[in-house]
Amino acid sequence: MDKGTVLYGVDPLILLDHYEIDYHHSYAQDSPFFVGLTKGQLLGSRCTACGYTYATPRAHCMGCGAATSWLALPLTGLVHTFTTCHYGGEVFLKETPFTLILVEFDGADTLFLSRIKGIRPDAVRIGLPVVARFAKAPAFKVTDVWFEPADQA
Amino acid sequence: MRPVYMVGGGITKFAKAHPEKDFRLMVKEAYDYTLHDVPRLSKDMIDGAVGSYFSDHFTRQLKAASMVQDYLGLCPKPSKRVEGGGATGGLCFQSAWEAVASGRMNCCLAFGFETMSRVNTWKGNEFIALASDTNFDFPVGGFYSGYYAMMVQRHMYEFGTTVEQMAMVSVKNHANALHNPYAQKAKRLTIKQVRESPMVATPLTMEDICTMSDGAAVCLLASEELAGKVCDRPVKITGVGSGSDAMRMADRPHGKVILLPHERESDYQHLKYPGVHSFRGGRMAAKLAYEMAGIRNPLEELSFVELHDAYTSSEIQTYEDLGLCRYGEGGRFVESGIPFLPGLDYGLELPKQGRLPVNPSGGLLACGHPVGATGLMQAVFAFWQLQGTIGKHLNDERLQVRNAKRGLIHSHAGTGTYITASILEAP
Repeated sequence: MDKGTVLYGVDPLILLDHYEIDYHHSYAQDSPFFVGLTKGQLLGSRCTACGYTYATPRAHCMGCGAATSWLALPLTGLVHTFTTCHYGGEVFLKETPFTLILVEFDGADTLFLSRIKGIRPDAVRIGLPVVARFAKAPAFKVTDVWFEPADQA
Repeated sequence: MRPVYMVGGGITKFAKAHPEKDFRLMVKEAYDYTLHDVPRLSKDMIDGAVGSYFSDHFTRQLKAASMVQDYLGLCPKPSKRVEGGGATGGLCFQSAWEAVASGRMNCCLAFGFETMSRVNTWKGNEFIALASDTNFDFPVGGFYSGYYAMMVQRHMYEFGTTVEQMAMVSVKNHANALHNPYAQKAKRLTIKQVRESPMVATPLTMEDICTMSDGAAVCLLASEELAGKVCDRPVKITGVGSGSDAMRMADRPHGKVILLPHERESDYQHLKYPGVHSFRGGRMAAKLAYEMAGIRNPLEELSFVELHDAYTSSEIQTYEDLGLCRYGEGGRFVESGIPFLPGLDYGLELPKQGRLPVNPSGGLLACGHPVGATGLMQAVFAFWQLQGTIGKHLNDERLQVRNAKRGLIHSHAGTGTYITASILEAP
């Protein structure tokens, strides 16, 4: 139904201008990571030439440019850093407060961004052991994995 | 390459919203101000332009820079748009420098703008967060304040930086802006007020974070010959540098510090670098700019710095990247009073107040951050400082750095992905 034109002001003339769009987004070479999440796997990647290991996967090494191969990361790690967001982008406002962490893993040279749940925000600390949890009904998004304190495992 | 000079600049008043002016008119105002300030320069001497604005989402007008080009009456001269997140303005400045340094142009206009008021603040934050990896980062809770908060949590862990030290940056920049009529958010604050303002992303509060703005700024750069003809006090650009880092913070390496001439490897025996606590791209930008300008010790050889303080924390991190102090000493650097202006009362005890003023304009925290304009705004303030014309342009002498000889401007994109540093010198 045509709702007509919404005006916010007349001098200057300000009106509501709606815009939305659907994309056909391909994860392309990163696809196996998102499929892995549906099987309870956290996939990183390792350079086939220099061995540098990425906790957030990429198909080619940032250092030497060689192809990487997939690698299952351990499901436990440590909090490298954290923050609790009390505001956020509009799509995430309803989820606030939420706590973001970067996770470090044994055997990986880089980190992984995720959320931590199941803990009071003010109890999150650098070095806290955490364990990966996976969504039962996957949305094929990176949020299909999150972390909880390992001592509750 | 040949020498390049800045001969003019202009800024619009930065504000939360300018619904009565679109981006074309904002740039036009800053442009007319600039030409008025350089009366011997006529429009036909301008060989071309580089435009900068960050987000097509905010503008929802692709090729908006083309509309500015025709509004200013500069068609059919060469023109292009430069975009690089928060560093858009700094990259635009350096692109205009390249046009003149290469000999392609004798005079190049750099113009930048942003109109961020057309969506609400939280939609705006969402747009900005699209400048993070949309597969791995944005969906987790894409929010730039959250990313910087994680970076400074690690800085605090590594170096013992405190939230009170960060708050001192906020007190300084907001108080400086009380003397800057172009600023959006000038006010007197205490450390306690900064800490008691609403928490955004721990440990950053509302007063640790810059606001969104509408605004525009322009710079005119010229060859030595033209600069001498049209400008009584042209300012020479003696160094440009830029750097980059991986889009995802998670991908940043943990290796060795990139050293500046006054530093040694033994200064950083146990520091894993840059991790998420430092901006490797900022260090690279500074190193290249210092090498070109022949600067060996920035703290001794600079008169002031206008740096990208989108967050109080990133100002502290940037002191270190620029080598104004060693990595890890940024918190103590602000406590010492060095980056404050001399002669202003901040309500703080500052033993070395005013040795090297940082963000005398008030920076992004107080001036606002209309992204495409911001890096050019810094250049204009630096230009006026080095000309000694702050009093004329701000109607207030108090922000004028006495005997300003050499200034550094620093522009920075999302979590340090693009960073520029440029050195300007007095005539």
